[in-house]
Amino acid sequence: MSKRELRLGNVRVLPKDLFPDFVKGLALFGKVYAPVVRPDGAHVFSPVERVADIDMAHPRTMLSPKKYLFPPETEMYQFSPEKGYFDPPVDTAKTVLLGVHPCDINGMLILDEVFRRYYVEPRYFARRQSLAVIGSSCEPDDKCFCKSMHSEYVDKGFDLFLTDIGDAHFVRMGTSIGDDIVAANPAVFRPVEDEDVRAYKHAENCRAQAYKAQVELDSLPQILELEYDSRVWKEAGDKCLSCGTCSSVCPTCYCYDLFDRLNLDVASGARVRRWDSCLFREHALVAGGHNFRDGRDSRMKNRYFHKQVGFVSEFGRPSCVGCGRCIEACPANISIIEMIKSLREEVKV
Amino acid sequence: MLAEKDIIYRADPHRPSPARLVGVQPLAPEHALFQFRFEDPKENERWTHRPGQFVMVSVVGTGEAPISICSSPSRRGVIELCVRNTGRVTSALHRLKEGAIVGLRGPYGNGYPVEKMKGQDILIVAGGLGMAPLRSLVWYVLDNRSDFGHVSLLYGTRTPEDVLFKGEIAGLVGRGDLETHLTVDKLVEDGQPWPHDVGVVTGLFKYVKDRVDPTRAYAAVTGPPIMYRFVLRELLALGFGKDRILMSLERRMKCGIGKCSHCAVGYKYTCIHGPIFTYWDAMNLPEMI
Ligand SMILES: Cc1cc2nc3c(=O)[nH]c(=O)nc-3n(C[C@H](O)[C@H](O)[C@H](O)COP(=O)(O)OP(=O)(O)OC[C@H]3O[C@@H](n4cnc5c(N)ncnc54)[C@H](O)[C@@H]3O)c2cc1C
Ligand code: SF4
Ligand code: SF4
Ligand code: FES
Repeated sequence: MSKRELRLGNVRVLPKDLFPDFVKGLALFGKVYAPVVRPDGAHVFSPVERVADIDMAHPRTMLSPKKYLFPPETEMYQFSPEKGYFDPPVDTAKTVLLGVHPCDINGMLILDEVFRRYYVEPRYFARRQSLAVIGSSCEPDDKCFCKSMHSEYVDKGFDLFLTDIGDAHFVRMGTSIGDDIVAANPAVFRPVEDEDVRAYKHAENCRAQAYKAQVELDSLPQILELEYDSRVWKEAGDKCLSCGTCSSVCPTCYCYDLFDRLNLDVASGARVRRWDSCLFREHALVAGGHNFRDGRDSRMKNRYFHKQVGFVSEFGRPSCVGCGRCIEACPANISIIEMIKSLREEVKV
Repeated sequence: MLAEKDIIYRADPHRPSPARLVGVQPLAPEHALFQFRFEDPKENERWTHRPGQFVMVSVVGTGEAPISICSSPSRRGVIELCVRNTGRVTSALHRLKEGAIVGLRGPYGNGYPVEKMKGQDILIVAGGLGMAPLRSLVWYVLDNRSDFGHVSLLYGTRTPEDVLFKGEIAGLVGRGDLETHLTVDKLVEDGQPWPHDVGVVTGLFKYVKDRVDPTRAYAAVTGPPIMYRFVLRELLALGFGKDRILMSLERRMKCGIGKCSHCAVGYKYTCIHGPIFTYWDAMNLPEMI
């Protein structure tokens, strides 16, 4: 093999007219989920029934793919007075996620760290290992600030990555599973030609120019600390409804509650893990009724500090990937972009 | 998909291990001492903890609660918890009879830095239920007495009735190798026998302030939030460095393993980086007390 062939060995071209065959071929690797449009216009990751339902050009899905790794609700154990706590079967059904954007792939890489550090959470990694990730390129809209959060690009965390180059997808292979998928469907891929490389570079350049939203990350942790008492928090706290939507839609929020749910016999039941939000009032309530974060402003501050200060000091990057979901979903129109700009006083407050 | 090499498998950290309640003793109104032993003898053998660490206790059907281990690692055999009856899990625990099975997992948290405390004077200040984690430290220090300098225990409760471990504390009062002083906020009735102080716990500092060398001492303080404010002021006035004051912080906890984020204070997880924090660390975190 020539050097050039080697270099181009992990890239291919998938002509768009062969895309349906590609999707059919994925079934070998698990049940396929991809973004489809709901009647109300929202995009959601759903099981693929017809290839025509897949919208590869979707802006952002309502929920992030975190729901496949860390579902909204998980039965951790079942229990009964006689048997104590015992395991339900772990879900290891092979799954293929098609159409995951770079921000969400970065979100998964962040969750990997969270569920790995201190104590490894085996359910998460059981799901992670049964999941094949096929990334796809996207067009940033006015709420995307992934570039500011350094998560607009991925060089790991995917098995295949498809970049739209007009009438074809430029395909990068990230793992040997990706290589297996290509090998199992030889008829749908063709080798990369010079003009494909040119088209790929062009697509990447256009995307880099397309960002409208931006926040400055430099010295942000320090600025947040200095602005700990800023009225920006108070004003946002007054608007916030403590609904927790921003946490549910976020690809990197991982707060959870653990509780025992009883069956009708009031004796047996299950220990349940459920998504929680640090914006809920009860989140920091302790014995005696004392609440360490009673004000909505202090809970909001907690969310920003966790993502933009605490995570940076531990992992060297914020745990926000700039996907814009919390901005789109907030019923009180609170925007993380505007908040950060106000705290930095880039805009008049 | 993640490569196999990227994942380290260990036992499921959320899983409680069955443990049998082998003894219950009432200690004070709404407070009792619970003694547990794991059902699996191997787990009893493997078990070690540091003073100041805690366990997550499950009572089937009610959920889990974090409870400090109040027995000392220097006294093996049973794991002891001193529990106040306040809510779902703790009231279910109080209803259990000897022989009942609960779930335990842990030990969690950092515990007291006992290695660093060696060779130093130790000033232990307990308020109310704060005695629970500190009892573990008291017995650890007494069982390794020659490792430490002057050791004193200042313990305040609301009334004489509320003193936890009454018999044990009475035994400590006469010991030559430990200086113990007690105080209550008030007597229940006038003339009640109480050969100790009445007043706030800071009133006890006068007994020990000339015996402790703050430059080579650690103060371990645990009590209700209000107590910290006064005790900290007193300790700083005595000349304790901020990194020589060890406080135990209480936060809501669900997982105990640094994931659920309920116990987050600023950038730290109380269940991982605490519950024992130096005053210096505490000062630099928002919403600390
Ligand atoms: C590190 C650590 C160590 C601890 N060590 C100890 C210890 O050694 N001993 C000990 O006793 N505790 C200890 N605690 C505190 C203990 O964990 C809590 O009191 C416990 O979680 C209560 O659990 P629960 O399910 O019984 O109460 P929950 O049902 O969760 O209730 C919690 C609190 O909510 C309030 N509440 C509950 N029900 C009601 C109601 N119906 N109406 C109004 N208010 C209500 C009460 O104030 C109650 O205390 C410790 C906590 C931490 C974080
Ligand atoms: S979505 Fe908006 S209103 Fe709801 S908790 Fe988050 S910031 Fe508050
Ligand atoms: S905080 Fe908002 S923008 Fe950032 S990752 Fe979460 S949902 Fe996306
Ligand atoms: S108790 Fe869950 S993170 Fe500390």
